[in-house]
Amino acid sequence: MLQRSRQRTNRLWPVLAAPGVGWLLLFFLAPLYVVLAIVFGQRDPVFRTAVPVWNPLQWDPTQFTYVLTRIGPDGVYFPALVRTVVYVAAASILCLCIAFPVAYYVSRLAGRHKGLLIALLIAPFWISYMMRMLAWVNLLQNDGLFNRMLSFGGLFDPNVDWLTGQPVVVILGLVYGYVPYMILPLYAGLDRLSQSMLEASRDLGANRVSSFVRVTLPMCRPTIMAAVLLTCLPMLGDYFTNDLLSASPKTAMVGNLINDSVQAPGQTGQAGAFVMLVLLATVLPMVYYVRVTLRGDEVRT
Amino acid sequence: MSVMTPEKTLRGPVGWWRDPWRRPRILAGITIAYLVWSLLPVLIAVMFSFNDGRSRTNWQGFSFRWYWGDQTKSVWHDASLHTALLQTLKLGLLSTLIAVPLGVLFAIGVDRWRGRLPSGANVLMLISFVIPEVLLAVALLFMVTSLALPFGLGTSAQVIGLVTYQVAYPAVLVRARLATIGPQYEEAAMDLGASQLDALRRVTLPMLMPAIFASTVLVFADVIDDFVLVRYLSNGSATEPVSVKIYNTARAAPTPALNALATLLLLAAFAAVVIGYLVFRRMTRNDDTTGRGIAAFAGET
Repeated sequence: MLQRSRQRTNRLWPVLAAPGVGWLLLFFLAPLYVVLAIVFGQRDPVFRTAVPVWNPLQWDPTQFTYVLTRIGPDGVYFPALVRTVVYVAAASILCLCIAFPVAYYVSRLAGRHKGLLIALLIAPFWISYMMRMLAWVNLLQNDGLFNRMLSFGGLFDPNVDWLTGQPVVVILGLVYGYVPYMILPLYAGLDRLSQSMLEASRDLGANRVSSFVRVTLPMCRPTIMAAVLLTCLPMLGDYFTNDLLSASPKTAMVGNLINDSVQAPGQTGQAGAFVMLVLLATVLPMVYYVRVTLRGDEVRT
Repeated sequence: MSVMTPEKTLRGPVGWWRDPWRRPRILAGITIAYLVWSLLPVLIAVMFSFNDGRSRTNWQGFSFRWYWGDQTKSVWHDASLHTALLQTLKLGLLSTLIAVPLGVLFAIGVDRWRGRLPSGANVLMLISFVIPEVLLAVALLFMVTSLALPFGLGTSAQVIGLVTYQVAYPAVLVRARLATIGPQYEEAAMDLGASQLDALRRVTLPMLMPAIFASTVLVFADVIDDFVLVRYLSNGSATEPVSVKIYNTARAAPTPALNALATLLLLAAFAAVVIGYLVFRRMTRNDDTTGRGIAAFAGET
């Protein structure tokens, strides 16, 4: 009896998981292999379309090395890569500077307005990203409200062209777009923080600053890392913020390189190579995120 | 300001700073400033959708001109605008209907099924959760265009991409819920004679319902805001949803009809979330094993 039921359970769980596993294999892993086959594949000499090569033994690295030689310090793609790193780093630091105090206040000190504040913090999630960018496009136009505000009713003439290649606008746009994605995980982590531990540190004589630095921060380091990763990773593939708020090659990031080469005929292989590069650059952070999440599961169960 | 022992009471900013019971006014200020910064631009964009004139920066009186008043350019009369809205809602419904059951079954199966294969599948699912969206989008685009598949670009490819990207949401939420429920209810049911499948169907599944429902709402709200996947996998303007429409026209002298379209999308997401939250509260009315606040609804516990 026991034997039989155990056998049945053994079959039940794989059957339940099978559709999801199959879906991920078909539409998540397989497409990534297609990218490899295209990057290391051939190009049709007449139509300039990509011809994927499925057999790894026949892979031809020409297109990949073509891109690789152009991302070095002298290559045409180098500035965009540096810009990506600088913009994403700056935006992430700014995000953390905003998100941490807000998450800390709402999770630990908000009192009876907590529910309302959480609803307002979550609201940007359910407002389309494009709409939030559109809102800034409207505000930052040459005759927009922002310039009018700067002129203090005609006192000054700021006359700044915000929407044509201003790095500051792009970075702040990224912050505006992604900071909600940082606040929520931080909120969840800080909310779980044990209050008794903090009280103990105060009882044992630590002042506010040192109990924050020596108790709060170390306890929520995994949360902070996960929250930073959750904002960094999508920023690395972002091109639309840039397109809407700058639309200038002066601020192009690696996402723009991908987007431009996907749409250009004959550059499919290059687009694939950029995808491979971003994937390689993000694989370690992603694995780190997965490990933190899995460890969190173990602690909770 | 609180009352302290008389000899220690200090007036002025220094005393305020040292008072350990002072209210967290600085943090509260940062939080409020953040909320204003994050929500006010969107509210202004919504306001200008009701503008009587063509401008998105000069207020010229209230009207519904851009919703249905204008005979050619309003959302109601301009076919390209309302097909975008319909496409968005269609993608939202279809993707949610596929992604949620897939993710829930996956979560239950992987949670119980021990071994290398399910933990590998779990890692794959978590990576699909954090991979930069543009990478998945380009990979799927390459797969659809370079293989002879039974589906082409357009709604079917968009739904497949969205399901792949969203399936992790219900899976993560349901697994977290399974961890808090624990195995004891199911074991009790089986001790009382229920088979494994019956215990799952009649004990575990009802207890999972709030988490499943919350993830349904989250997936829907997320899908209708999606941009990267649906843009690459669309096939001409007939399958371009609202986000793509905004992206295409935001920098090309749009009318407030674009704001009106974005506002309608916002209303759809808002309605889904508010109704969803009210239903969620009803579902968890007598359940004290789960959080009932808006944070629990958004999957932050």
